[in-house]
Amino acid sequence: MISTGRPYTINWRNIKSENNKFTLIKTLTKNIIISPIGSVEKEIIYQLANQIAMRYDFTYQIGKRIDNIEFSYHKARKQYDSKEILKYLIKLCPSDTFRFIAITDKDIFVPILQYIFGLAQIKGSCLIVSLHRLWPQFYNQPPDFDLLLLRAEKTIIHELGHTFSLTHCRNKNCVMYSSTKIEDTDAKPPFYCPTCFELIKWYLIKHFDLTLNQNA
Amino acid sequence: MTQKLNILVVDDEVAMRESLRDWLLEDGYEVGLAEDGIHAISIAKEKQWDIILLDLKMPGMDGVETLKKLNKITPDSAVILMTAYATIENAVLAMKEGAFDYLVKPFDPNEINILITRIIEHKELVLENILLRKQLEEKSQYGEIIGISDAMQNVFDLVSRVAKTDSTVLITGESGTGKELIAQAIHGNSSRCFKPFIAVNCGALPESLLESELFGYEKGAFTGALHTKKGRFEMAHKGTLFLDEIGDISLKTQVDFLRVLQEKEFRRVGGDKLLKVDVRILAATNRDLEKAIKESKFREDLFYRLNVIAIHMPPLRERIEDIPLLAKAFVKKYCFEMNRKIAKVSPSAEKLLIDYKWPGNVRELENVIERALVIGKGTNIAADDLPFSSKDLFPGNIPKSLKMMEKMHIETILVENNWNISKTARMLDIDRQTLYNKLEKYKIRK
Repeated sequence: MISTGRPYTINWRNIKSENNKFTLIKTLTKNIIISPIGSVEKEIIYQLANQIAMRYDFTYQIGKRIDNIEFSYHKARKQYDSKEILKYLIKLCPSDTFRFIAITDKDIFVPILQYIFGLAQIKGSCLIVSLHRLWPQFYNQPPDFDLLLLRAEKTIIHELGHTFSLTHCRNKNCVMYSSTKIEDTDAKPPFYCPTCFELIKWYLIKHFDLTLNQNA
Repeated sequence: MTQKLNILVVDDEVAMRESLRDWLLEDGYEVGLAEDGIHAISIAKEKQWDIILLDLKMPGMDGVETLKKLNKITPDSAVILMTAYATIENAVLAMKEGAFDYLVKPFDPNEINILITRIIEHKELVLENILLRKQLEEKSQYGEIIGISDAMQNVFDLVSRVAKTDSTVLITGESGTGKELIAQAIHGNSSRCFKPFIAVNCGALPESLLESELFGYEKGAFTGALHTKKGRFEMAHKGTLFLDEIGDISLKTQVDFLRVLQEKEFRRVGGDKLLKVDVRILAATNRDLEKAIKESKFREDLFYRLNVIAIHMPPLRERIEDIPLLAKAFVKKYCFEMNRKIAKVSPSAEKLLIDYKWPGNVRELENVIERALVIGKGTNIAADDLPFSSKDLFPGNIPKSLKMMEKMHIETILVENNWNISKTARMLDIDRQTLYNKLEKYKIRK
């Protein structure tokens, strides 16, 4: 079970519209937990959590660091099996958690593909994002922390889309556009196109009776 | 492709099968799974799959054997072989057995994306090709000419017989009956079909221009002749020359024509050299040439040269059984062009189309259908979408006023001549200026 440690909750909706009682009640259930795996710096986790919560009016908590994912290590591939990690996250995820995001710096894969940037439970609560191939250094480029954060933010928002039942979008100006290489991630914006956003809103109203804002 | 693409994944390893399924589901594809070749074949018999991702090494029936069987059951599916080792042998084997491509496991995500996109594009091309072929096949051997009436069947019969010869043909008929289409059909069904079909509208060009257009000119033949230019006769060498509105050419050009028809040779304007051509001549007119001969406006010897075989195109009012068929064909054509669902012609609209006298013939019918599809408010063509009503069609409704009668008559002749002012004026036996004045007076607009 995850302990939330020192709670770090910012309820942005609370601050923005104190008089809107309806929205206030709904917002309380839009709480996401974001946890580092292994040696991922807390600074990265805080910044990502802040950025995503601001963009979508989520509230968030920083979850406890997940230390041991060695069970998912594949010796021959020298990578970590993301499906195994996801199964583990599902076990860890508290039942009242809206979305549970885990961030790792390990190189992750699914058996059929050489690598992936992230993996989500379709229509589920959990998702994992790997920073390994998001660092500019991986591509022999100079370090750029802001670029890493932007790439990670896009990947999290993309995987969140899958948890809201979205499939890949054909619109290159949508975060749901498929990223099969880092250039795809760099080219797309960190938000959903109007169609995908409408689909998410429809999904959230239908399943959670929740509203969602997107601050592009 | 607007339809959801479906993909069958065949792999004996659960982890491979399922991770590939999840990846493809994220892309929005419909995915089916099979754990071996036998299962894959039974699934492929039940349902058509756009893409089959097939593992090369499987226990029992291996990938190549499965591929051979799948090719027989579902030849339209694009099969991608998946292999753990990238070897030339594997690639050659896969392609030899008709696989679309092969991928090495684990895939580069980008590679599989590109491959699927390539298959989609390929399938779209194939589909487009099938559609085009179907459209071509749907067209009769007479191109766009449609007709089940006896009159048109006689025309088709004559066309099929004259097409095989090199004889000159004179096609007569009112404006808009499809004389040029008949000329194209004759050319298309002749041994010259792979050579040029050159059409010249003789009525549209003034005499001086027509001469240089037909016979070409030498450099310096006249002011502005900066280069030697080939004429239509030369361009049509080994092919067919279609001379439309032959009844409108001057007596001087008629003499030149006669020489070409007799000798098959001519001189370019400003040139001395006699040029020989091998051209089949097809001519057309909406004029009564025999009457023109009596009035000394057309040379009798040229008429007999042209009128070796005569084909008369019946006016649309004499082939009313073709009207619904033609209307349907034009509806299909324009709906296709406008990228909309094929409309239907309502029974009341069809009755109006049949009752109308069609002075502008098939061309007018085509214009009426196009207009109805553009301005019509409903999905189908209603009587209200037509530019005439039942009141216009029956004698009891002929306007009493002489002015209205004149207006109606001018409009009819204009449509008949496809809004050609000169021709209309000629037919009405008034000069062009008088016609313009009347158009202004009655506010007649195209």
